[in-house]
Amino acid sequence: MTAPPTTPNAPANSEERYYNYAYLDEQTKRMIRRAILKALAVPGYQVPFGSREMPVPYGWGTGGIQLTAAIIGPDDVYKCIDQGADDTTNAVSIRRFFATVADVATTEDTGAATIIQSRHRIPERPLEDGQVMVFQVPQPEPLRGLEPRETETRAMHAYAEYGLQYVSLYENISAFGRIAGGAGYPVLIDERYLMSPSPIPKFDNPKMDMCPAILLFGAGREKRIYAVPPYTRVRSLDFEDYPFEVQSWEQCCALCAATDSYLDEVVLDDQNNRMFVCSDSNHCATRRAQGHAGPMAGHSLAHLDEEPAQ
Amino acid sequence: MATQTALDLSQLLPGFADPTRESQAAFRAIMNATARPGLVADLAAAPTPPAGLNRAAGAAALTLVDQDTPLWLDPGLHGSAAETWLRFHCSCPLVTAQVDANFAIIDAGSDMPALAEFNQGDARYPDQAATLIIMLPALAGGPTLELRGPGIADVTRIAPQGLSPGFWAERAELVAHFQYGIDLKLCAGDQLVSIPRTTRIITTGA
Amino acid sequence: MAYVAVKGGERAITNAHAWLAETRRGNPAVPELSVAQIREQMQLAVDRVMAEGSCHDPELAALAIKQARGDLPEAIFLLRAYRTTLPRFGASVPVETEHMAVQRRVSAAFKDIPGGQVLGPTFDYTHRLLDFKLAAEGGVPAAAPVADETMPAAMPTIASVFAQEGLLETPAVAEDAPEPFDLTREPMAFPAARDQRLQALARGDEGFLLSLAYSSQRGWGSTHPLCGEIRMGNVSVGFVPEELGFEIEIADVTMTECLMLSGFASLDGELPQYTTGYGLTFGHNERKAMSMAIVDRALRAAELGEEVVAPCQDSEFVLYHSDTVEASGFVQHLKLPHYVDFQADLLFLRRLRKEQAAARAAAATTDAMKEAAE
Repeated sequence: MTAPPTTPNAPANSEERYYNYAYLDEQTKRMIRRAILKALAVPGYQVPFGSREMPVPYGWGTGGIQLTAAIIGPDDVYKCIDQGADDTTNAVSIRRFFATVADVATTEDTGAATIIQSRHRIPERPLEDGQVMVFQVPQPEPLRGLEPRETETRAMHAYAEYGLQYVSLYENISAFGRIAGGAGYPVLIDERYLMSPSPIPKFDNPKMDMCPAILLFGAGREKRIYAVPPYTRVRSLDFEDYPFEVQSWEQCCALCAATDSYLDEVVLDDQNNRMFVCSDSNHCATRRAQGHAGPMAGHSLAHLDEEPAQ
Repeated sequence: MATQTALDLSQLLPGFADPTRESQAAFRAIMNATARPGLVADLAAAPTPPAGLNRAAGAAALTLVDQDTPLWLDPGLHGSAAETWLRFHCSCPLVTAQVDANFAIIDAGSDMPALAEFNQGDARYPDQAATLIIMLPALAGGPTLELRGPGIADVTRIAPQGLSPGFWAERAELVAHFQYGIDLKLCAGDQLVSIPRTTRIITTGA
Repeated sequence: MAYVAVKGGERAITNAHAWLAETRRGNPAVPELSVAQIREQMQLAVDRVMAEGSCHDPELAALAIKQARGDLPEAIFLLRAYRTTLPRFGASVPVETEHMAVQRRVSAAFKDIPGGQVLGPTFDYTHRLLDFKLAAEGGVPAAAPVADETMPAAMPTIASVFAQEGLLETPAVAEDAPEPFDLTREPMAFPAARDQRLQALARGDEGFLLSLAYSSQRGWGSTHPLCGEIRMGNVSVGFVPEELGFEIEIADVTMTECLMLSGFASLDGELPQYTTGYGLTFGHNERKAMSMAIVDRALRAAELGEEVVAPCQDSEFVLYHSDTVEASGFVQHLKLPHYVDFQADLLFLRRLRKEQAAARAAAATTDAMKEAAE
C-alpha cells in the first residue's frame, strides 16, 4: 500500500484517505452483506458472489479479506492467524492491511477478538457468543475432488445427493483400513448441506458443532460465501463401524506441555530430531505465561513468540 | 418494472449521515439477528424515516437495498414520501410483480400479499429467494412463538403483534420445502427480529 | 532455522520489499527506464496488459509493467486490482469496428475484398534474425513510406460483405437485448451464454487461449478455422451520460478484431451457412484475437449440435481456467505455509506405515512358523 498514514479513529471516508474505509466501496460491501445474510439463512449452502480483485493474490485470503471488509467497523478488535499463528507472514500482512484501512484495534488474544480471520485453523480457546470467525477458503466445494464440474456438484447439493462422498470415504477404508483425509474433512450442516470446513485439520471439526460464534467462509477466487450460524449442528461424515476420529499425538507441546492442542512438527536438525509445539501460538504463549512448561521450555522458539506481532 | 417518475425531493428526509460507518453498524446488528433468530436487534441509531416506514425497516432498506435489488413496496406506500425516500437513498428499482423482487417492504396493517407469490429461490440457487421486511406494531405482546433451529441453542420465544392468524401456517407451508423459502425481517419501531427459512416455529397460544 | 523464516513477521516483509525495489532498479549505472519509454517502445506488452487487465489505460499499464519488473501476469494483476477501485459510471455504446481507422486488415478467405488488404505494421514477413543494430541503440528509423491512395474511411467487415448472399451467419442484434453479462460484477454462471464466454475470453490468458486454439486446429474438437478477416486500428468509444441524453466520444482506442469462418450449419432452419467465431481485444494482438475467435467457435459446439469431446469445447473447463490472475494466484499460493495440513498427512502416513509394517511382520512370522512346522 502506498497510502499515507491515517490518524487513528479518523472518521470513515475522511478526505485523508486514498481508498474507502475497509478498502471496498459501499456497493460492493452491500453485495457481500446480502450474500452473508443469505448464507446464514441457508446454512452450509455456497452463495455465489461478485468477488472483487483485491490487492493481494487469489489464494492469499481474498475471500476472507472481503468478508472481513464487509463486516468490520472501528469498534472491532481484529485477530488474524495463519496455520494457527499470529506471526506467520501472511497473517501479519493481512492484519496490517486492516489496521491501516479500517482503523481497527488488533490483538493476538483469542478471547479479546471480535473478528478472528483464519487460514487453516480454529483457535484452541473455545469461541464465544458475539465473536465472528472468518475462514479463508481455497476450494469451497467439498465434492470438487470427486466431481470437477460445478454444474454437477450444484445439482448434487440441490438434491442432497451425497452418495459419491460416502463412496469415496468407503474407498479410503478399503485402501487404508480407515477414513483418510486429515484436513478439509467434509461436514454436514444441520443434516442438509455438505460443506467444506476449509483446510482446517479434522482435529478442529468438532469445534464447529453447536459453536456459539458465527462462522463465515469466503472463497475469493471461486466467488463463494457460506456460513454456519451459532448453535448449528455440524457433523463430520463417518460410518457406524468407522467413527470419525481426530488427530492425536504421543507427545505434549515441547514448550507449554499442552496435551489437548494441535501440534506442529519442527525439524531441529538432519539427525531426525524433532520437537512438537502448539500450532496455536496464542494458546501456547498464554499457557506459558500461566507457568506451564514443556520438556523443551526455554527453547529459542518460545522467545520468538514473546515478541508481540505487529 | 413500475414506471419511474421524477422524484420530488423538496420534503426529503436524510438517510445515513455517515453511510459507511452507520450502515456497517446497522449491518452488524442485522447480521447478528439473522444468525440468531429471535434475537432483537436495536436500530435506534438509524435515521428517522418518513411516515409509513418504521425506523428498523428504514435502516434495513438503507443497509441492504440498492440499484441491484428490485424492491416490492406495499401498495399502501405507493406515491408516499416513504417511496420517494427509498428511491432516492437506495436507488432501487421498484417492481409491481412480487416474483421480481429481491426485497419487499410490507405493512402488516394492510392486506398481506400472498407469500407464495414471492421468489422462493431455485433448487440450485436458494439464495435467490426474496427477503421480506414486514412492519409490525410491536415485537412483544402478540401470540407467543417458540423458535428452534440453526442459530438457537435450544428454544427462544418471541411474541410479535399484528400478523394475521394464518400467517405462520402460510409461511410454514413454504419453508417445509427447504431449501426453498422466504426469509423474514420483522420490524417494529427501532427493533428488528430475523426469521430465516430454517427456523421451525410452534405457535403456542394467543 | 527454517521455522524462523516463516515466522519472519513484519520486519521480514519490510526488508523483502526493500530488496525487491533494489532488484527492480537493477544496476544504477544504467539509466532508469521511464514509463513513457515502456508505453512507446513496449507497446505490445502494454496492449496485452490492458487487454487481460480489462482496463484501457496505456500509461497505467506501462507503470504496472515497470513495477512488475516486466512480469506481464503480475502487471495484469496490478492493473486489475486498481480497476476494481474505480467508480462505475455505466457502459459504453458498442464500438463500431466497421468504422475502424484501419492500420492493418487481412483476409485469408479472399484474394481481394472491398477496401483491400492492408499489411500494416506486422512481424509476419520479417525474417527472425536478431537485429544487432538495435543493440547499438540505433536512434530513430526512417519514416515508412506513405501510400499514394488514402484508405477509405469505412471498410466493410467481411461479415457485411457476405450479408447479402446469406453465406455467413449474421447474429441478429435485438434492440431490447438485456445488458451483457459482466464478469467483473457477477460470478461465472453455467450454462454460460455467449456474452459471458466472450468477456471471459477477452480477459483470458493469451497463452492458455493460444494452446486451446492450437489443440482445436490439431483435431481436439476440430473447428476447421479459416481467417475470414483480421483487422487492427483505432475505433472511437461512445458513451451516453444520463444527464446529457446523447452520445459523446470518450476515447479513441486501438483494437484488434478477428472473424474466423469455421464449418457449415443450418441455423434455425435456414439454408446452410458458414458459422463463425469472434475475437476482439484491446491494442494490437493478433495472436490473442485469433485464438479467441477459434475458442469462441469451439465453445459454440453444443449450440450448433456438435458433440462436445475436447477441452476447447467445454465451457466449464475453458472459462474456469482461462483467467491468468486466478490461475497464477492459486498455483502460487502453494508457497504459503501448509504445515497444519502437512502435519495431518504425516500423522496419517506414519500410522499407516506402522500398521502395515506390523501386519507384514506378523505375516512373515506366521509364514516362518508354517515353514518350521512343515
